[in-house]
Amino acid sequence: MAEERKLRILIAKPGLDGHDRGARVIARAFRDAGFEVVYTGCHQTPEQIVSTAIQEDVDLIGLSILSGAHRYSFPRIMELLKENNAEDITVIGGGIFPLEDIPKLKAIGIKEIFEPGAKLDDIVQWVRTNVKPRKAMVA
Amino acid sequence: MSIVNQILAGDVRAVARLLRDIDDQMPSAREILKELYPHTGKAYILGFTGSPGVGKSTLVDQIAMEYRKRGLTVGILAIDPTSPFTGGAILGDRIRMQRHFLDSGVFIRSLATRGHFGGLTKSTNDMITVLDAMGKDIIIVETVGVGQDEVDIANCAHTTVLVTIPGMGDEVQAIKAGIMEIGNIFVVNKADREGSRKTVRELRNLIELGLRRLGDQHWEPPIIETEALKGRGIPELLDAVEKHRQYLMENDRSQWEAVTQKRAKTQLLETLREEALAELLRRMANRGVSLDDLVRKVTARETDPYTVVQDLLQCELK
Repeated sequence: MAEERKLRILIAKPGLDGHDRGARVIARAFRDAGFEVVYTGCHQTPEQIVSTAIQEDVDLIGLSILSGAHRYSFPRIMELLKENNAEDITVIGGGIFPLEDIPKLKAIGIKEIFEPGAKLDDIVQWVRTNVKPRKAMVA
Repeated sequence: MSIVNQILAGDVRAVARLLRDIDDQMPSAREILKELYPHTGKAYILGFTGSPGVGKSTLVDQIAMEYRKRGLTVGILAIDPTSPFTGGAILGDRIRMQRHFLDSGVFIRSLATRGHFGGLTKSTNDMITVLDAMGKDIIIVETVGVGQDEVDIANCAHTTVLVTIPGMGDEVQAIKAGIMEIGNIFVVNKADREGSRKTVRELRNLIELGLRRLGDQHWEPPIIETEALKGRGIPELLDAVEKHRQYLMENDRSQWEAVTQKRAKTQLLETLREEALAELLRRMANRGVSLDDLVRKVTARETDPYTVVQDLLQCELK
């Protein structure tokens, strides 16, 4: 009994852009870091992402987006997490964002935004430092 | 509300968290499982197994949809491999199941093998207990993509569906001694591909030659051709599952008793093995016996594994 707790991460692509190379690269990097990564493919609605995060009991949601639709989808995801009492799940974003959007996204609770050029090792290190698996439930 | 009551009421968050605690071997999860177990035994457990890429996830997606049409709720445990080098995993079975994400009648959980062999995870049976307790009518277990000998699903599911595709004819021959023995139902998926009829014929030949699950002589495994992507063959597959269920219930449920007893026995022995080993290691540690030392002695041929274990058992279990 009592194995180490393994970090579980959802990598999701909200919205309509179908460019998931970045999402796959980051999923792979997390895999190689020893995390369990749930990957659900492109074209996810905020509702689908939150439902998956809850059913899979992930510690972290990584949102990959290149289309600019983060202004809608990111706040909606945060809203849904709150509605479902799941705001303890850390959310980060990766992709292309206008610089002036980044503070706004952080203000609604997105913990970090990784832009093009972010190093995989740095992202993995950020996760190790900032995301801890939650404690076991007690009957 | 207590966690047990939350689970029994079908609270998705509580269920999801308990599954994680079980997967991580948290002792507290055992206590909850104890309370849930009396509420289980109602769900029908359906296993899907086959090589990587034959279409298990897509079939599971379709079959879940068909069960939903028939008014039943579904729990899905989908297993993918853990990297033997890093311990990480990419769990991608959900990609094929997206249309169920918003249906509260379907609960999907992706699992990583975490070094467990046999096609399932160490925790699969305990997780079935939870999904059963939360009230799912049908529990579908999708094994990791298997080779020849990962047959744990046979002792786990009430009905095991073995999925293959055309063009694996030679392989069908090669693996008939292992995994081919566990199918209650055979599916030839991607049946629009060339060679589908030939694959069906070869399977039929195997079955006519007497390929049967041991103790299951009176059930002739049906062979269903499917095109999972298009939904072809799915109602037929479901009907075949239902027929197998009815078969298990025939003759005063004697087959059913056998299957459920085998399930219980597997679960009991698994738990015993795990707990006994953990307890033994704990006692060794308490006495200051170092596993590493023992390994060194065995490696150096100063002693052998058999003597070590014999001594340990005599010492720890008296």
